[in-house]
Amino acid sequence: MKKLINIPNDVVDEMIDGYVKAHPKLVRKLNENKRSIVIASETRENKVGVLIGGGSGHEPAFMGYVGKGMADGVAVGNIFASPPPDPIVAATKAIDKGNGVVYIYGNYAGDLMNFGMAAELAELEEDIDIEFVVVNDDVASAPNNEKEKRRGIAGEFFVTKVAGAAAEKGYSLKEVAEVARQTNNVTRTMGVGLSPCYLPQTNEPSFTLENNEMEIGLGHHGEPGVEKGELQEADRVADRLVQDILNDITISKGNKVAVLVNGLGSTTKMELYIVFRRVEQILAEKSIEIYRSYVGNYSTSLEMGGCSVTLTKLDDELTELIDAEANCPMYAQL
Amino acid sequence: MIAYTTDQYKQYLYDVIEMIEKEKDYLSDLDRKLGDGDHGVTMSIGWQAVKEKLDNELKDEMDGGEISKVVAKTFLNAVGSSVGPLYATGFLRGSKVLKGKSELEDQDLFEFWIAFGEGIKERGQAEVGDKTMIDTIDPFVQSIKLQKDSQSFLHAMDNALREAEKGMLSTKEMISKKGRSSRLGNRSKGFQDPGATSVYLIIEYFQKSLSSVK
Repeated sequence: MKKLINIPNDVVDEMIDGYVKAHPKLVRKLNENKRSIVIASETRENKVGVLIGGGSGHEPAFMGYVGKGMADGVAVGNIFASPPPDPIVAATKAIDKGNGVVYIYGNYAGDLMNFGMAAELAELEEDIDIEFVVVNDDVASAPNNEKEKRRGIAGEFFVTKVAGAAAEKGYSLKEVAEVARQTNNVTRTMGVGLSPCYLPQTNEPSFTLENNEMEIGLGHHGEPGVEKGELQEADRVADRLVQDILNDITISKGNKVAVLVNGLGSTTKMELYIVFRRVEQILAEKSIEIYRSYVGNYSTSLEMGGCSVTLTKLDDELTELIDAEANCPMYAQL
Repeated sequence: MIAYTTDQYKQYLYDVIEMIEKEKDYLSDLDRKLGDGDHGVTMSIGWQAVKEKLDNELKDEMDGGEISKVVAKTFLNAVGSSVGPLYATGFLRGSKVLKGKSELEDQDLFEFWIAFGEGIKERGQAEVGDKTMIDTIDPFVQSIKLQKDSQSFLHAMDNALREAEKGMLSTKEMISKKGRSSRLGNRSKGFQDPGATSVYLIIEYFQKSLSSVK
């Protein structure tokens, strides 16, 4: 795979350098740690901090979502690898305004260990209260009766959105964490992969697929999916993704949802809107109201081809929080 | 017996660094079958960061505890991931055993590797059979523990290494229960776990290092 990079091991640091220099009014890198990025403007005293983080390679996730109404800080890991505790603790200290910090991250062994160690350090050494929100929206990663094993993928965008809006509105630490966990509980994602991604260091494909194949339910690090199938047209793929979600969570006639049709990296907006078109038809047939839709690259896997569909079931509180304004370098909402 | 010095311990760490560079493609290949294909890359990033410390900050350091502590923190903050906390916990626990020591007796080596393995097991919360590095580490530690009062460390290491190898090879037929590969279910069968493989190599190199000394 051809890539516009310099030295493979430097991609993350060079990306961060470019990012903070491109958006100096919105974000800044901490002097204490080159993998910690925080919101550039001063946040309100007593506001609960929202900290996100995870591996690189998912841009705009996670660093693209630092900004007003979203996260106050992010810890950036190596490609597809959880950040270590140090950048997490550094960002925690920088964004704490006296009322604690909520950590939001995906349900992966590495993230659980590193964010767990960081929280211990922050609480012991800095006396900052921490709450965890562990995202596990990926329907394909484990059956419904083993939800605790499920991974976090694109749905983390909605969880971050809600937590950021809640913190901005003045919710307490426990309340921000609670409403974010509630969002996770009503969020489901199902994805399909068409072509692999290539780690800069190895430049090897993460999986191989024949021209007429697709991988259903693949992980967003290129982990093989649950099932290989024959490539189908967009409508049939959308049918399958939405059906798997609706088999997993009850969304009934009259319910409202937020929809995210997320590109995995190399899939065009044209294709994503074609998929969205069908998602809308299916939901309309079931009289499920799409309250807000998001179509584009929100959580990618380098240059992987394919997409995921995320549905979040909205009650009145979540509707209000999803509607709140946000302003980040890679995402803004009026 | 001749004591194992911390100079030899540092040389062992250099040997591991060289081995990881040689094996990183193989480890990433194994990982691509099961996960995101970066295990060799991650190990290389971590051990190269350790090399930088050995070349500079640790150049004249003779305290085994201090060396292990720096290795732990450096590896952790260079890689994060899951191997970061796992190896860091192993080396941190080991550093307590080696604290203040520049010549390591058999007793120290037994205690170091037991602390190392148990630390990893505690951090990873995985069991034997989950298809992780624990499948190598746990039988290794059990074997070392059993021989602690009856064997020389070198002899015990030979036996324990055989148990570790069996454990590593057994991951081939297992279905993943932990980590990203667990989503694969039955499709994870047939592939040796990369984490179980790299930790085996790391232990094996310690036995080589010991053998070359004695």
